[in-house]
Amino acid sequence: MSELKTILLAEDNPQDAELILNALIDSRLANQVTHVKDGVEALEYLRCEGKYLNRRVDHPAVVVLDIKMPRMDGIDTLRAIRSDPALKLIPVVMLTSSREEQDLIRCNELGSNAYVVKPMRFGDFVEAVKQLGVFWAILNAPPPPR
Amino acid sequence: MRTETIFEPHSILLAEDSAQDAELIIEALAESQLSHWVTRVKDGVEALEYLRCEGQYVQRRAGHPAVVLLDIKMPRMDGLEVLQSMRSSPKLKLVPVVMLTSSREKQDLIRSYELGSNAYLVKPVKFTEFVMAVQQLAAFWTQLNTLPLDGCIKP
Repeated sequence: MSELKTILLAEDNPQDAELILNALIDSRLANQVTHVKDGVEALEYLRCEGKYLNRRVDHPAVVVLDIKMPRMDGIDTLRAIRSDPALKLIPVVMLTSSREEQDLIRCNELGSNAYVVKPMRFGDFVEAVKQLGVFWAILNAPPPPR
Repeated sequence: MRTETIFEPHSILLAEDSAQDAELIIEALAESQLSHWVTRVKDGVEALEYLRCEGQYVQRRAGHPAVVLLDIKMPRMDGLEVLQSMRSSPKLKLVPVVMLTSSREKQDLIRSYELGSNAYLVKPVKFTEFVMAVQQLAAFWTQLNTLPLDGCIKP
C-alpha cells in the first residue's frame, strides 16, 4: 500500500492523548503522529510558525481536533483552517466527547470531514481510534500538495 | 438548532456503473452484514433521483444514507457533478460523500475536495485490498462518523 502519512492530533487532555497515541502505535501509525495541546499550536504547526518554523513543509493527511481546548478550541481551529487558502483542503476529523447537536451541525457546516464521538468504554475508544487512523492515514487519498 | 437533513444511520448509496465493481463492493459489505443497507444506482442521474425521492424512488422511505459512495466516471452524470449538485442543495449538503474511484488524477482529487467531498478513496487494484478497503470505509462511515441525531430515523 502507499507510504505512511502523518497525523496532527490536537488534544489537551493528557489521558486521552496517551490513549489515542497508544492506539495509533498498535495500528503502526504512531511515529507519524504530531501531538499538540491546543488550537493555537495546531495552527502554528500547520503554518510552520513558532516552534515549528523549521519543520519540513508538508501537510498532514488528516488533522484530528478535540473541541474543548484552551486558548483556541477545535471549532475555531476548524474555521481558521477552512478560511486559509493554503490549508483549506486538509481533511479534518473532530474527535470529541461532545454529543451536542449544536457542535455537530456547526462542525458540519464549517466543513469538517467527519465527526467522531469518543466512546465512553476504554476498549471501544481504542478500537475507534484505530479505525479512524486506518481510514484517514492509510485509505483516504489526501489532497495533493500544490 | 435543527437540521433539515434526516438520516438512516446504516444505509449506503452506491453510485457505480461498473457491474463488476458494484458486485465486489456489495459482496464486501455482505461480510460486514451491511449488504441489505446498500442501494446501488448506475449513474449520477439515478443517484440524485434516489436522494431526492424522485422518479422510480418517489415511494421510498425518505431518509438520507449515512454515506454516498460516488464513482467518478459514470454515464449521463459523473460523480463530480453529483457531488456539486448535492453540496448546493440545502437538504443534501450535509450528507457525507466518499469518492470511490479508480482515478488517481490530481485534478479529480483536488476538484473533489474543493467541491466538498468528505473523503477520496482510490480503488485498490488487488482484490483482497479492495475488499478490506470497502469494509473499513463502511465501518468508519456507518459506525463511527456521527450524524445529526435529532434527524435520525431509527434503523
